[in-house]
Amino acid sequence: MRAPDTNEVLLQVEGVALAFGGVRALRDVSFNIRKGEIRAIIGPNGAGKTSMLNVINGFYHPDHGAITFKGRTRARMQPFEAARGGIARTFQNVALFKGMSALDNIMAGRTLKVRRGLLWQMLRYGPALAEEVEHRHRVEEIIDFLEIEAIRKVPVARLPYGLQKRVELGRALAMEPDLLLLDEPMAGMNLEEKEDMSRFIIDVNNHYGTTIALIEHDMAVVMDLSHRVAVLDHGVKIADGTPDEVKRNQAVIDAYLGVAH
Amino acid sequence: MSIWYLSEFQSVVMLGYAALAWLLPETGRRHHKQGRTNAPVFGIESDMAGGGPFDTFPKLLLRNSAQFGARPALRHKDLGIWQTWTWAQVAEIVRAYAAGLHRLGLRRGETIAVVGSNRPKLYWTIMAAQALRAIPVPVYSDAVADELAFVLAHAEAKLVAAQDQEQVDKVLSVSDRLPQLDWIVYDEPRGLDGYNDSRLIAIGDVIQDGRDALAAEAELREQIDEFVRKGEGSDIAIILYTSGTTGASKGVVLSTQGCIDAATDTVRFDSLTGNDVVFAYLPLAWVGDHYLNYVQGLVAGFCMACPESGETIEQDRREIGPTFYFAPPRGFEAMLTRVVIRMEDAAPIKRRMFSYFLGVARRYGESILTGNPVPLSGRLLYGLGRLLVYEPLKNVLGLSRVRIAYTAGEAIGQDLFAFYRSIGLNLKQLYGQTEAFLYVTCQPDGEIYSDTVGPAAPNVDIRITEAGEVQFRSPGMFVGYFKDQAKTAETMTPDDYVKTGDAGFFDEKTGHLKIIDRAKDVGRLADGTMFAPKFLENKLKFFPNIKEAVTFGDSKEFVCAMLNIDTAAVANWAERNNIAYGSYQELASHPLVYDMVAKDVAEVNRSLAKEKVMAGTQIRRFLILHKELDADDGELTRTLKVRRRFIAERYAPLVTALYNGSHEADISTEVTFEDGRKGAIAARVKIRDMQAIGAADPLGKAA
Repeated sequence: MRAPDTNEVLLQVEGVALAFGGVRALRDVSFNIRKGEIRAIIGPNGAGKTSMLNVINGFYHPDHGAITFKGRTRARMQPFEAARGGIARTFQNVALFKGMSALDNIMAGRTLKVRRGLLWQMLRYGPALAEEVEHRHRVEEIIDFLEIEAIRKVPVARLPYGLQKRVELGRALAMEPDLLLLDEPMAGMNLEEKEDMSRFIIDVNNHYGTTIALIEHDMAVVMDLSHRVAVLDHGVKIADGTPDEVKRNQAVIDAYLGVAH
Repeated sequence: MSIWYLSEFQSVVMLGYAALAWLLPETGRRHHKQGRTNAPVFGIESDMAGGGPFDTFPKLLLRNSAQFGARPALRHKDLGIWQTWTWAQVAEIVRAYAAGLHRLGLRRGETIAVVGSNRPKLYWTIMAAQALRAIPVPVYSDAVADELAFVLAHAEAKLVAAQDQEQVDKVLSVSDRLPQLDWIVYDEPRGLDGYNDSRLIAIGDVIQDGRDALAAEAELREQIDEFVRKGEGSDIAIILYTSGTTGASKGVVLSTQGCIDAATDTVRFDSLTGNDVVFAYLPLAWVGDHYLNYVQGLVAGFCMACPESGETIEQDRREIGPTFYFAPPRGFEAMLTRVVIRMEDAAPIKRRMFSYFLGVARRYGESILTGNPVPLSGRLLYGLGRLLVYEPLKNVLGLSRVRIAYTAGEAIGQDLFAFYRSIGLNLKQLYGQTEAFLYVTCQPDGEIYSDTVGPAAPNVDIRITEAGEVQFRSPGMFVGYFKDQAKTAETMTPDDYVKTGDAGFFDEKTGHLKIIDRAKDVGRLADGTMFAPKFLENKLKFFPNIKEAVTFGDSKEFVCAMLNIDTAAVANWAERNNIAYGSYQELASHPLVYDMVAKDVAEVNRSLAKEKVMAGTQIRRFLILHKELDADDGELTRTLKVRRRFIAERYAPLVTALYNGSHEADISTEVTFEDGRKGAIAARVKIRDMQAIGAADPLGKAA
């Protein structure tokens, strides 16, 4: 696997802590994501992985600590600001518009790129039409990329789960993000679907050069995919490094396999 | 979703159309009897006489470019939009591509393999190679690496044109066995960015390189034109590797003149013109695709449309609306199965209308299509049926504009054949072989029978040997098997007829050829009753629930069958009946599925009981296999025909169990996954007894 060429830090998480009432979901977590890499965040159930992701894209606000994205530091960020800033994400339990076609769902991902106003869009004439054609072209490239031509016009509710996940990835890609957050992209998939998804993630990284942060349960998948892995357990970062380093780390082995006390 | 989603506007148009249809019974149909047609096929008639100037494909391409340069030659759906290339554009691209390949070192008489699905760039590869008088060798895109290695090594391919990363990976994985391989050119660059094999180059770059070089070097221009001018009819046009129904695949060498002569005849036979449209979706390496689309396209000057991907074929066919269409019987069967499944989910009123009008079609449809007298009331009802059912149905299937449809490859079920003809599709049968460059016989319009394959195709000479084997001589017949003198001699008779290996006879009533079976597959039961396995298998396969069937009986006391269920049809049935299952294997072994399939088998037995010769070959025992028969495991050929002998060996414990009376048998088989890895599937398969019908002859002591 090719490592990214630069060491430029795209996102820096500094001493982030988050609590829900008495539950301390994250405790003083720090790590960074370098431009162009595939960065995995792993950990057992309840380790705080999704919380971390939600903090990064502004859905949760950390109680302490700061996040620096593209050189700008802020403690609080709204999700729409994150989206504008170039952070796109997918969800653990697929959050698509169920009644809309795969194509329309991915087109929805272009929303922030649309320049003409609502009125123009409703007229769907002249420059607005030209713009839509341009967006559609980008979306078709993504459809081609993800090999979902056959389901272009199918309402997503009728699609099998593995394909829904792919459509969701397509919608996130449609934003042309600088940072792509994937929340358990392989959850609930069979082996073949997992292999397909892994291939797409690597291709996205290679082809578009998109920085990817992914949360995953499946250790095997993560170790094959990512350049660097951070391990969380009970809200604490217990390891950080290349897949090989992490695999050998005793704390990680204990967290995953359990230790006799 | 039901099949009724025509817009109001379409309905109104259709109403007018239906009214016209019964007032003017000839509307929308054309009858061309052999010999009566005098439609000019773009001047070929005169030009062909005495060899003519158009005796090679590059010359035909130049003719097409000159005569109808602005007309579409090729379409391909890319990024959701149909892209079109005119004949003039194709000619320019192919010339540049040929120059590029020449610069990569492809020389006259050398071979270039083409691996992938129906893509413009791959068809251009064939054209460009032919322009250089080199020999294209298409390979089935789903061939596993070993099969690919065999063909590439045997054909001594110097270059390979591969469609995408998947095919490139396959070639690279066996490239240590291919010392003569210089270059791998590829169509789709995706995923290949990181490869640093110096032999890889994109087809787009080859074309651009050729174009630049042509612009810069007058000498190269002259050289390329010279190749085209010097091309002769005796040049080898292509080597098609057979799918190997009978063992390892053989390279069938075809001459340019033979290909063009054969296609000129059939283009005239079916009155194909430059206005026709074909849909190129069948394997590129298969003689059918090469002949029907590529060669006929160049000869008649019509447009060939390539689907976006393998999964979008249904939608793409509907968007393109081909006028000339070929599908093997299983293709038509799959289409009908889908219609039946969807109708089962439709509202009751639609279901009733559907079955009523299909009844009307059964009664009058074929007669109307063939041009036989039909009472006025029948015409009226049929016209209404067209409006409400047949035309919308054909529209959904993408068959609305089809003027001529062919099926071949194996026998088609009588009911299946009648179904399509009755809804107004001009479906005909042909019989052919790679060695004949397809056509041996074909049915002319107006002389269609489900159980014949038609009289000899134009200029084809057929004879039946005393042993019952069909032999032929034809304009397109092959030159020989590549590098295999022995096999060639085995297949040709001393007086230059080709042995087909099929048993057949000429029907006295119609004068058409009837094919019974592969000559060596026809056997006899222990009591001497004739046993034609394919005949039985086709009867079984007509049922939507049964996808594949293999029957046994040669020198046995009775007939047994191994079946594959059709996953789509049975899964749909399971869903409607709340039957839970986790896998194909579980579904296949479900007792209710067995019950359902047993009904189909009983139905087959009933129909066999009616035919005196066949009554003795009723199916007495059957089982449903735990896995689907697959070409990757060698159980089917690449054209998806069952390899009966191989299956009998592979499932020997099951065959034994079928004949020793046991009701269960254990089997463990090795399977090959799509990526070439191997694994094993083990299962306990149940066996069901059937009652013979008619003859009160209980299963003898064997059971």
